[in-house]
Amino acid sequence: MAEKREMIKVEKLNKSFGDLHVLKDVDMTVKESDVVVLIGASGSGKSTLLRCLNFLEIKNSGTITIEGKQIEPDKDDLNKVRQTVGMVFQHFNLFPHKTVLENVIEAPLMVKKMKKDEAVKEGKELLAKVGLAEKADVYPSKLSGGQKQRVAIARSLAMKPDIMLFDEPTSALDPELVGEVLSTMKELAREGMTMVVVTHEMGFAREVADWVCYMHGGRIVERGHPDELFDNPTEQRTQDFLSSIL
Amino acid sequence: MPSISHLLETFANSYPIFLEGMWLTLRLTAISILIAVFFGLFFSLLKISNVKVLNWIADVYIGVIRGTPLIVQIFIFYFGLSNLGISAFWSAALGLALHNGAYIAEIFRGSIQSIEKGQMEAGRSLGMSHTLTMRRIILPQAFRRALPPLGNQFIIGLKDSSLAAFISLSELFSIATTQGARTFDEMTYLMIVAFYYLVLVLAFTVLVNMLERKLAASD
Ligand SMILES: Nc1ncnc2c1ncn2[C@@H]1O[C@H](COP(=O)(O)OP(=O)(O)OP(=O)(O)O)[C@@H](O)[C@H]1O
Ligand SMILES: [Mg+2]
Repeated sequence: MAEKREMIKVEKLNKSFGDLHVLKDVDMTVKESDVVVLIGASGSGKSTLLRCLNFLEIKNSGTITIEGKQIEPDKDDLNKVRQTVGMVFQHFNLFPHKTVLENVIEAPLMVKKMKKDEAVKEGKELLAKVGLAEKADVYPSKLSGGQKQRVAIARSLAMKPDIMLFDEPTSALDPELVGEVLSTMKELAREGMTMVVVTHEMGFAREVADWVCYMHGGRIVERGHPDELFDNPTEQRTQDFLSSIL
Repeated sequence: MPSISHLLETFANSYPIFLEGMWLTLRLTAISILIAVFFGLFFSLLKISNVKVLNWIADVYIGVIRGTPLIVQIFIFYFGLSNLGISAFWSAALGLALHNGAYIAEIFRGSIQSIEKGQMEAGRSLGMSHTLTMRRIILPQAFRRALPPLGNQFIIGLKDSSLAAFISLSELFSIATTQGARTFDEMTYLMIVAFYYLVLVLAFTVLVNMLERKLAASD
């Protein structure tokens, strides 16, 4: 079998906010169809790492290579890069003044200049895929948290990204709504989407993650297959963290 | 105090000329507020931009307008612009527009900044540019939030338009004073004009409330 493509390659990534050094020499490679789960204590830099990957935050040093192309924020068209790297947020961030379908077709229409009927057709297919076909014409305020997050996933997929980033997609949800979002994500993973997911849903990680990274103090201190990392962590810090959340 | 019957009688006799004045007042207010909304939007964007000079320009504009009386601004416009052959109506309209624009700029700035940071991030993460996200996502929401204070500013603008009487525009207030002076019956005409303003403000308030309710359908 041919070697899988490298979708994301991060080398010696550093990011500071003022005096606060948040990411320290982070190295990470994500291959095609990989599902990577990032775990770590609050403040360890998980969100910052994710946000550097789609350039919502701009690194201080190091390199980020997306699908073989090293991206330089001051030279490259980041809007173009972001079309291939979708992101799903903890608080959904749906557009409240637009209906569910309008949320989904906004970027295809405005950025890709897709024809309206084509965008609507694809949008409806995506909504059907996340199980929300019948909600196309309602406003987000009428949806449950789980439904909102599934719309957000559909909205992101509408740009046909090659990579999807998820920042704690279920942690703002009531417990009974977590499952529906995770199963949507599992389906995406099965279809071969390359995903980087910040989550503390260990069941999800065990089931779909190819590997798990444990972050501590701005570094990835341990990485491995979920079963290995969860059952036999080599680092004391990883053990402490795992026992604190289980 | 004029008697009720005298008030009603004068009201009935004077309404054609007051309606003319009201029409001028409405035109003046509508045009000046419309232009003021554009000024306001423009300066609110300067104010929130990352470019220091632009912030500074907006600060100077807002500072000067807030720091000087409207009547002085109207006179400056009147004397400045009449030399250029611009009519009293347009001098007043532009003066009022520039004045209200400063307040509307602050209204927009507040409402734009009240939109959650996640909205811009969501737009950007979909590959939309900053400008596109501003136009399609942030501003439409900010407009909605600005509607109640904008309605309020419109009412202030409506009442402030009475100052145009001092540059000889025959809007509502000026009609009341000229009729009053002609008949030596100032009090009656002032009460009548107060009534007209009140009706306009109430009608406008109802209109804004209806619009708000309609827009709130999505929330
Ligand atoms: N825009 C910012 N400006 C200043 N400091 C920031 C900013 N964003 C994050 N930080 C700080 O950087 C550190 C790492 O934050 P980050 O959000 O990446 O952590 P996290 O691992 O995602 O935590 P959590 O589990 O709480 O989401 C924290 O100390 C945070 O306060
Ligand atoms: Mg986080």
